[in-house]
Amino acid sequence: MAAKTLTVDGRQISAENHTTILQAATDAGIKIPTLCHLDGVYDVGACRLCLVEVKGTTKLLSACTTRVYEGMEVTTNSERLQKYRRMTLELLFAERNHTCAVCVANGHCELQALACELGMDHVRYDYCSPKWGVDATHPFLGMDHNRCILCTRCVRTCWHIEGAGTKNVAGRGTKSYIINDLNEPWGESETCTSCAKCVLSCPTGALFHKGATVGEMERDRSKLAFIVNAREKKQWVV
Amino acid sequence: MSKRIVIDPVTRIEGHAKISVYIDDAGNVSGAEFHVVEFRGFEKFCEGRSYTEMPGITPRICGICPVSHLLASAKAGDAIMAVSIPPAADKLRRLMNLGQIVQSHALSFFHLSAPDFLLGWDSPPATRNVFGLIQSNTDLARAGIRLRQFGQEIIEVLGGKKIHPSWAVPGGVRSALAPEGREKIRAWLPEAYATTRVAIDLFKKVLTTHERETQLYGNFPTLFMGLIAADGGWEHHGGKLRFTDSSGSIIADHIDPKDYRTVIGESVQDSSYLKSPFYKPLGCPDGIYRVGPLARLNICSHMGVPQADAELKLFKALGHGAVTSSFLYHYARLIEILASLEFIERTLADPELGSDDLRADAGINSLHGVGASEAPRGTLFHDYTVDRNGLLKKVNLIVATGQNNLAMNRTVAQIAQHFLKGDAITEPMLNRIEHGIRCYDPCLSCSTHAAGKMALHVRLVAPDGHVINEVRRD
Repeated sequence: MAAKTLTVDGRQISAENHTTILQAATDAGIKIPTLCHLDGVYDVGACRLCLVEVKGTTKLLSACTTRVYEGMEVTTNSERLQKYRRMTLELLFAERNHTCAVCVANGHCELQALACELGMDHVRYDYCSPKWGVDATHPFLGMDHNRCILCTRCVRTCWHIEGAGTKNVAGRGTKSYIINDLNEPWGESETCTSCAKCVLSCPTGALFHKGATVGEMERDRSKLAFIVNAREKKQWVV
Repeated sequence: MSKRIVIDPVTRIEGHAKISVYIDDAGNVSGAEFHVVEFRGFEKFCEGRSYTEMPGITPRICGICPVSHLLASAKAGDAIMAVSIPPAADKLRRLMNLGQIVQSHALSFFHLSAPDFLLGWDSPPATRNVFGLIQSNTDLARAGIRLRQFGQEIIEVLGGKKIHPSWAVPGGVRSALAPEGREKIRAWLPEAYATTRVAIDLFKKVLTTHERETQLYGNFPTLFMGLIAADGGWEHHGGKLRFTDSSGSIIADHIDPKDYRTVIGESVQDSSYLKSPFYKPLGCPDGIYRVGPLARLNICSHMGVPQADAELKLFKALGHGAVTSSFLYHYARLIEILASLEFIERTLADPELGSDDLRADAGINSLHGVGASEAPRGTLFHDYTVDRNGLLKKVNLIVATGQNNLAMNRTVAQIAQHFLKGDAITEPMLNRIEHGIRCYDPCLSCSTHAAGKMALHVRLVAPDGHVINEVRRD
């Protein structure tokens, strides 16, 4: 496989052909913020947190879905990128009801951690405060739409790691939401295997183990990558 | 003259008190109303959430007594799961509640109330606060602040943080008391005892020079309610409900807190967001009752610990049957601090506090659960109705400040009757009304007094509803 040489933040690195900027940068030890990316499932570029600047285009490109090419010059951190990333985070916070202080994922939430890391010290937009419900029909798993950022990690995990295809997205725009099967209550889903991999994949407190109280949802997401690695590469690396 | 309605957006802040004093045709005070003009909406916006989240959400009602909501909420959760929590969890919850009583009562006495009777009712509001106390009575103020810190330290060693710990959960608690935490509390106890003794002696001296206040600050017959132990002793986190009257006679006893609706009705005033609970068999307003330290000491026969029991005897001698003056809430508070310290000392010797059997697990076994606990200010009820999945369909919270609402109204009226001269709302009257309310240590005084004075809006209202005079002190 041919290798490509590119420059990321002034550093020359090489990456395998068809690698994404995110993968190449990560391999080289350069951190790009992400939310919808999850090791083990394919990328969709939904969250726009991994936007980078690429010389030759004025557009900002998502690092998780843009492939490297020879001579590519990438900037992963600039004032402009910081501004847009903060803005993206603010919009995510304003869209639903992210009440960190009482959330099951408090202290273990990727959205919260990114907000701290990227210096989001306030939200300049009006909070939408929508009325989303909680699906607590499953015997031991729950889904709180108020905390969902529509990253679709759970959908991709359900379809491509577990292979059940229970989780889907319904609706359009801000009215989009995660459903089970054809919008059944989770507890009545005929396809759900109750494997809880979706819960493992969730970056926020949207998917949780019932009974969890404030800050109790800690997850080891590397288990998902472990399963994929074992299945596809026949490598059981822990 | 048409009725005048005063709407002031400035008053719509947490803790702002608005008071209407009603004057009859002869120009005498006929009554008073204490309005709480803030709207919180917890009962409504919790609907649809899971009962397991409530111990995380409801403590946010208050930064002074979050532990009370935490514990009552966890208890309501226990009832929904229909479990008996592990004995160690119950002991640990009790220990945290004792810490909460110490810290909240210390705040009420040293930071909020002592400046009034130590610096003088008519001393300038700008210095009649804890900062003024630090200047004039440095050692006392420091000791009081340290006593509050002691109570908060107990909350922190158990729950991980002083305010809003996410520690008690439906079914039990999340962690035990670590040995180093136990030692920390034990080492601090002698200092806490010493401060409490100083405060009790000090207040007894205050009583000898404040007979008028004892007579006028909310001195009237009412019922008293609180939780009581099976043997009639002082209780703060278990037991059953008891009502006594002002002669000290028991009028209702051994009522399971889950049946509180059989004895407590709730009336709603158009003018206030604070509900006015009353003793149902007598109706409103005859069913007026008081809760909190004064009530707890009135309804119990003994504290169950020697030092506090000795003080209880002296306290009970101040009344005939029951102690009816709200000014003596302060004394009751100090006795409760002393009792809490003794119970904390006793609890620390229990090896079970380090147990790892702390949390019972169960699904939804009851669609209705009530949790009751004695908050520093009085009995707190959390009443949840859930669906089959544990999502809340209805939430009813009865808080201490609400239960004292009718008594606070009457206290304000009593003080106004004695200090109102004509139509003038004078500074001495404002100061005394302010303290009359502070006797009950309502939540809003906590949130406003730290700035030095209580934000007050007092109106004199004529029989036809028009406002004769009003004074605003922000």
